[in-house]
Amino acid sequence: MQPPAARWFAWLPVVFVGVFFALPLTTVLSRGFSARGVDLLTSAATWRILGFTTLQAVLSTVLTVAVGLPAAYAVQRLDFRGRRLVLALLTVPFVLPTVVVGASFRALLPESWDGTLAAILVAHVFFNLAVVVRVVGGFWAHLDNRYEQAARTLGAGPITVWRTVTWPLLRPAVLAAAALVFLFTFTSFGVVLVLGGPTTTTLEVEIYRRTVQLFDLPGAAMLCVLQMAAVVVVLIVATRLQRRLTVRQRLSRSGVALRPVRSTTDRVLLGITLVETVLVALPLLALARASVRVGDGWGLDWWRALAVDGPTTRDVAAWASVRVSVSYAVATVLIAVVVGGSAACAIAYARRGADALDSALTLPLGTSAVTVGFGLLITFAVPPFDLRSSWIIVPIGHALVAIPLVVRTVLPVLRSMDPRLREVAATLGASVGHTWRTVDLPVLSRAMGVGAGFAAAVSLGEFGATSFLARADAPTLPVQIGRLLARPGEVNSGQAAALSVVLVVVTALAVVITERLRAPGSASL
Amino acid sequence: MHAPVPIPHRAHTTRLSSLARRTSVVALLAASFALVACGSSSSASSGASAPGVSSPSAPATPVPSSFAPTTVTLITHDSFALTKSLLSDFTAKTGITIRLISQGDAGEVVNKAALTAGNPEGDVLFGVDNTLLSRALTAGVFDPYVSPNAATVPGALTAATQDAVTPVDYGDVCINLDDAWFTKNHVAKPVTLDDLARPAYKDLLVVENAATSSPGLAFLLATVARYGETGYSDYWKALRANGVKVVNGWTEAYEDTFSAGGKGNRPIVVSYASSPPAEIVYAADPKPTKPSTSVMTDGCFRQVEYAGVLRGTNHLSAARAVVDWLLSPAVQADVPLSMFVDPAVPGTPLPKVFTQFAAVPTAPLSLDPAVIDAKRSDWVDTWDQVTLR
Amino acid sequence: MSSTPEARTTDTSSSSHGLDVAAITVSLGGRPVLDSLSLTVAPDEAVALLGPSGVGKSTLLRVIAGLVTPDAGVVTWDGIDLADIPAHRRSIGLVFQDAVLFPHRDVAGNVGYGLDVIGVPEAERRSEIERLLDLVDLGGLGERAVDTLSGGQAQRVALARALGARPRLLLLDEPFGALDRDLRERLGAEVRDLLRALGVPAVHVTHDAAEAALVADRVLELVPSERGARLEG
Repeated sequence: MQPPAARWFAWLPVVFVGVFFALPLTTVLSRGFSARGVDLLTSAATWRILGFTTLQAVLSTVLTVAVGLPAAYAVQRLDFRGRRLVLALLTVPFVLPTVVVGASFRALLPESWDGTLAAILVAHVFFNLAVVVRVVGGFWAHLDNRYEQAARTLGAGPITVWRTVTWPLLRPAVLAAAALVFLFTFTSFGVVLVLGGPTTTTLEVEIYRRTVQLFDLPGAAMLCVLQMAAVVVVLIVATRLQRRLTVRQRLSRSGVALRPVRSTTDRVLLGITLVETVLVALPLLALARASVRVGDGWGLDWWRALAVDGPTTRDVAAWASVRVSVSYAVATVLIAVVVGGSAACAIAYARRGADALDSALTLPLGTSAVTVGFGLLITFAVPPFDLRSSWIIVPIGHALVAIPLVVRTVLPVLRSMDPRLREVAATLGASVGHTWRTVDLPVLSRAMGVGAGFAAAVSLGEFGATSFLARADAPTLPVQIGRLLARPGEVNSGQAAALSVVLVVVTALAVVITERLRAPGSASL
Repeated sequence: MHAPVPIPHRAHTTRLSSLARRTSVVALLAASFALVACGSSSSASSGASAPGVSSPSAPATPVPSSFAPTTVTLITHDSFALTKSLLSDFTAKTGITIRLISQGDAGEVVNKAALTAGNPEGDVLFGVDNTLLSRALTAGVFDPYVSPNAATVPGALTAATQDAVTPVDYGDVCINLDDAWFTKNHVAKPVTLDDLARPAYKDLLVVENAATSSPGLAFLLATVARYGETGYSDYWKALRANGVKVVNGWTEAYEDTFSAGGKGNRPIVVSYASSPPAEIVYAADPKPTKPSTSVMTDGCFRQVEYAGVLRGTNHLSAARAVVDWLLSPAVQADVPLSMFVDPAVPGTPLPKVFTQFAAVPTAPLSLDPAVIDAKRSDWVDTWDQVTLR
Repeated sequence: MSSTPEARTTDTSSSSHGLDVAAITVSLGGRPVLDSLSLTVAPDEAVALLGPSGVGKSTLLRVIAGLVTPDAGVVTWDGIDLADIPAHRRSIGLVFQDAVLFPHRDVAGNVGYGLDVIGVPEAERRSEIERLLDLVDLGGLGERAVDTLSGGQAQRVALARALGARPRLLLLDEPFGALDRDLRERLGAEVRDLLRALGVPAVHVTHDAAEAALVADRVLELVPSERGARLEG
């Protein structure tokens, strides 16, 4: 029994991404094809920036994978007390806005690292560890451990087992995680701006500079083209490599049982993981500490201040920001789940062109937020399409980033669904549509829980693109934190720290809740 | 790009050749390009070419003092703040409700306005400063209007506005000094820009990146104004040899690297003349009686902020009334403690913490906004070359 | 898993050669699985463990192979306690239920895995693989991908793979479970003959009494009890 035709599902995501991403993007990019833009393309400075951007992205990816693998194993294969907490702690940084973490990082890192590549790399590992732990770990949890057992009975020691059995089977998952981390770090903006220095510029920062500071749209557009070209190349290479490396194997549907920590290897890996967790928790703890430090003593002054509406238009009670952030998040989740779910179905059921659709829908992740923001602004300026002051434009922007994440979550589950289930439904008289509703949709809904969690988290922490789009009466949490940090004095930095803790708690809740909603058989993110 | 998944055997009829796959991605992109390459919205193209309409600066008819209930949208940047009661008082008096939209820093706000000139998102723009003014004027952002309440504003502040906008406040970007550090280390505080290049102050200065930061740019402009277009790069060479540290933004400079800001160890930073009183106002209780920082009054760069009516607004009179309101005594008296800037209207009473502790630069530096607009890109590039490479 | 009383060992043939399993007790996840089990396997015999599904037969094999550590009891080979010897150094082979062939290697790659671990040189490796494939009647199938094999073929490859590592004892966990009756009988007899010819002692686990009688010299029965399975034999 065939699943429904892909085109029933493809139209919605294609239209959405086409209208809200491709259209604005090309509006901006069309300005890049001018003499000015081409000049910029051939300048040495541009290639230097491109080189640095690539270098830091490659190094960040390698480091993150290296640091993340032991943690992925420990958290998803071993049974130990506090496992869920460790998983949540390692995941939370992914959704934190850099503005929140930047200050604590600068405080924690040695001063000689200020503005250097090293600081950027550390921050990137901090923020992206979650990708490796969840994508690789999720897959690892379903890897049939009998392959390793067979290898051991054939005389292979632990290192040989890893090299000849585990690693080849795990490679596709590692590649998927690495590609995502590369995308995120290649287009990283906040980390580079806050923790980097003037000599460590990336393409994204340069695009921002040209658009906002220099008002050099042709130049910015050209750099954007360059950036997107690089991203497209990476996506194509990753897809092909992954196809080659994917080994068709039986993944255990409900996850291999967690095993107790017995062997030395297990103990060592668990130890490494716990050390990493502590290191990840440090910036978060620094924030919590700063939020209760008043002068030379301690107190809850900043927390009390959050609850109060101050006298000026800038002093917004924290709850107003929480309300705005949460309402944006809810809207984002709804859009992302519907559009992302459709996209996943389209890709899963497509007989041809699945890769192209997948890559096209992933593009927003790799595109300059500045450019997308400006594009939206210019394109939707004429009534009746004047969306510029409409609040919906912010969730739309958030959804563009969240949709690829939802697709990543839901697609593997859809693909690994036993096709015989559809056949059974057909033999019992169900039509194609009815089968989809009663067989595929339930599977989809359970997997959607995790995707929804990530969509919510992305929305709660978003800071970049939405700064160009209209705002509601109260700013979102990250924006309010940024404003507080832009003023001197402890009253402001203390409140910023307290509000940051609020943001961390809200996003951590989103993560923990969705961990509980995770469907059996959902093998990634 | 896939998550790794075992396709249980059903497979894989998606056997595209690699060439076809590559082509389809490219085709998708090409199609999108083709879609819009020519059809950019009119506002964008008109923004680049249409100059401001040249009509008389003061309106022929006075602005009415009360209106049927209207909402005027005031677009501003993230640092904007006024006491809320002022807005409600205004509404009570005139029937105009002010809706605030804050959109990032001043540069972002002006760029957005330039991109949407003639078809604006709001009615009034506040926060364009003298480094950005020329760009806004060239893009035809404003419907020219100068508030009659600005009649007493000194000419220095209204120069170069082309009678299109009204100055509302001003501030100075100055070198700030950590007094405690200098006392503790028995070093005399620097007094002039030249001092900063002297060996006595080696490795003590932190500045913001002129390419990404507003105060950073202002300081660069100050050096251009002081040493001229041929001399400023030598000055920066000297600063570099003297160990100047460049960071990306004000927060990193003031809060993380400045010794009085908290965690840093450099006692000289580029900030605002109003930072010392801000330190007091925003300190934890009990508030200190005097600030721990002071300002070097030489080498300050004046930043003026303007407000203007956006061209294409549907509420012209009401918008003008809002601009007038920004120049009203109540608002002018509020700006020091709300935004830590000085009111443009002379004679406005200042709060004690300002009169006591805000330093007044005797001869702040400034440059013609048109020149800034034309040359700043080259200046920043040179600065970047000299200071960072 | 029903309830019956106490543990008893009834297998009395013991020797200091071959496998000696003494009083093995295992609990998994809080549940008792094996209750003080003992058995021996002489270096020249094939023993069958018969019992219903889920009684703990696979667990016992895993203990012997070194994949599971027992809560109590001792496993020795030729009188040497295997407790401190990890699975990969015990030279005890295991043929899994449903083969568990490495999906990322072809048939030859699977069969030659044990040889690769030791580092046998290429020429010798190739001829050895061919020999092993001939032994299980799959000569010439080295280049096949493992997901193209039938159930019976896969099991034979698994057997060849295990033999390739020169085990001193071979454990077979219901290897014919998924096959039909005729094939089961044929394969069972072939395996019995092959192992006898090679002189490799074996422990077969099965739930089929006829198969047990066919492949082994001695049949022991695992009986479920409240405290875990015990042997009768």
